[in-house]
This record gives sequence, C-alpha cells and structure tokens, in this order.
Amino acid sequence: MGVLETLSDVLVNNGLITAFAFVGIVVWLSYLVSNRLTAGRIHGSAIAILVGLVLAWVGGEVTGGSDGLADITVLGGIGLMGGAMLRDFTIVATAFGVNFDEIRRAGVGALVSLLVGVLGSFVIGAAVARAFGYTDAVSLTTIGAGAATYIVGPVTGSAIGASSEVIALSIAAGLVKSIMVMTGTPFIAKAIGLNNAKSAMIYGGLMGTTSGVAGGLAATDKRLVPYGAMTATFYTGLGCLLGPSLFYFAVRALVG
Amino acid sequence: MVIYGVGLLAACYLAGVFLGDLLGRLIGVQANVGGVGIAMLFLILASDALIKRGRLKPQTREGVIFWSAIYIPVIVAMAAKQNVIAALKGGPMALLAGALATVTCFALVPVISRIGGAGEPLPEPDAEDL
Repeated sequence: MGVLETLSDVLVNNGLITAFAFVGIVVWLSYLVSNRLTAGRIHGSAIAILVGLVLAWVGGEVTGGSDGLADITVLGGIGLMGGAMLRDFTIVATAFGVNFDEIRRAGVGALVSLLVGVLGSFVIGAAVARAFGYTDAVSLTTIGAGAATYIVGPVTGSAIGASSEVIALSIAAGLVKSIMVMTGTPFIAKAIGLNNAKSAMIYGGLMGTTSGVAGGLAATDKRLVPYGAMTATFYTGLGCLLGPSLFYFAVRALVG
Repeated sequence: MVIYGVGLLAACYLAGVFLGDLLGRLIGVQANVGGVGIAMLFLILASDALIKRGRLKPQTREGVIFWSAIYIPVIVAMAAKQNVIAALKGGPMALLAGALATVTCFALVPVISRIGGAGEPLPEPDAEDL
C-alpha cells in the first residue's frame, strides 16, 4: 500500500479531526488575506465564510452531490463539523454572558420582526412565482414558503401536495436567501444599524434563516450572534405553522 | 472542572431542543420551534444564577467559552457544506425570489428597530479572539 493511500485512510477514518485541521487552515489563510490585502477592512471570518461557500461550489461541481465539500471522501468530516448539531450547540454557547435585560428590551420588536419577516418573504416569493407564470395556489404557496427558509418551503410543499419540481424550486429560493444573508450582512450592517443587541434580534426575526443569520452575524460582529440567533430560531417553526395553513388558505382565496 | 461547563451547556442544549420539539408537536408542525432559543435562555439563566452564588469557577466557564469560540470555524464548515449548486440551478426565479426577500428584509431592520426606542451600540471590540 502506498503512502498516499495510507494518508487518505488516516484522513477518512478520522474525519472530524481532518475537518478541524482543514477549517483551521482555511480560517488562518482568510485572516491572512483580511489583514494583508484588505488591511482588516473585510472581516477575516467574512472571507472564511465566503471561501467556504466557494469550496462548497467546487465540491458540488466535482462530486455532483448535495453536501458541497463534505461529499469529497477525505473531507466528509466537514459534514459533521458543519452539521446542525455542532452548529446549534456552539450557537447556544455564544449565549454565555449575554445580558437578559437586553433580550427583554427587544420583546415587542422581536415579535413584530418575526411576523413581518415570515409574511414579507412569503408574499415576495409568491409574487415572483406569479410573475414567472405560476398560477395555482399550491405552487405559489410553496415557492413563497421557500423564500422564507429552505426548510419552510419543502415542509409546506409536501403538506399541501406540491410537485417535486416546485419543491426543488422552493428549496433553491431558500438557499439563495441563506447564502445572500451570509455574505451580504457584513456589507450592509452599518447602513441598517446592525450594531446593537436590539437590532440584532430584529434582524434575526426578519431574516429567519438560521444558517444565514449565524454566518452573517459571525462575519459582522460575533457578539451579536446570540441575539440574532435567539429570534431566528423561532422563524422556521412559525413559517411551518403558517405556510400550509393561513398562507395557503389566503392564496387559495385570492387565485381561486 | 472543564467538563462541568461542557455538561451544563449540553444539558441546556438538550432541554431546549426537547422543549422546541414538544412545542412543534403541540402546534402540529414538523419542525423544532425555538429549541435553540429556549436552550440559550436556559444557559443565560443558569449561568446567571450560578455566578450570583459564586458557583461558576473559571475552569467551568472555560468549558462553555471554548465552544463559543469554536462557533466561527463551525460556521465556516457549515458554509462549505451548503448546496450552492442547487441554489444556482434554481434559475432566475429562485434567485429573484430569494434575493428580493433578502433585500426587503434587510431594509426593514431599521424600520422595526425603531419600535420602543433605539438600542445602545455595543462597545468597541477588544483584540480579535477566535
């Protein structure tokens, strides 16, 4: 057995550890680029997340799979490291040291942001679907739900019997949103006043996509993460509640 | 001991996700409703109570702080496993639906932030800690 095969075996058999080493290198290089090429103007973590997305695209192109870089055998551990379990576990950890009064202060605004966020995304998604020639209530509702998050879309679609093509479109719309939130947030943070706990909670409620909010705030200011994540975590549940019920009935009443 | 901190974090996480699942079932949706948010509230309240009683030793804190610090690398890994191809393959409709929803919601952040007065900006950050 050659040296290369042995190395690849070691990397595959220790997938999570390989992922730690790999991500460590990506983050290190990203901070190097941030400091040397942008003089720290673009946050190192923003670059690292962007690099992650580009690598995910490369992984998808190379393997044809749906898990980005994690579909490359030696980097399979990326799937575990970046999966929902560790993501949510570390998000909860960021709440350590958070001021409870800050959360209470955002109360009403956070609630409003959740409702407006789900409703707004839904209406926009359905309107775009209508503009692209979809006329039936099931497709309009499903694509609208996808514009909320890529989980609300398929959950709603399967509940009301959408075709798999429409469900795939709803997932794509949700993915686009999640990626745009991840990459766009650091650049518009200043313009939308995203520099305090309260606006972070409202941002979380409006955007809703947990991965988008988690990545977007990480790239902006890590101290805002717990506040945004706190509200975003209620969004998908609310969307799954309203999508196949209230939204569907409203769309059906509108388009007949 | 460091494990006490990790154990506290794990207990809060599991309790929150459990309640989130129950809540989802209660209102009849196939999703976890606020599990992570509930877990965060547990951690905030539990650590607050322990600090007030002087029961949260520095080593115990380290068990939580480590996982908080590993958050950004985990997010980088999460980005690297996204289905970017599917997002692009959705075509102009999916791109437009996702992009318009994002831009609109960005624009609404300052509008809704006005409810109940503006928040205090966080102080200038200290040295970068990753």
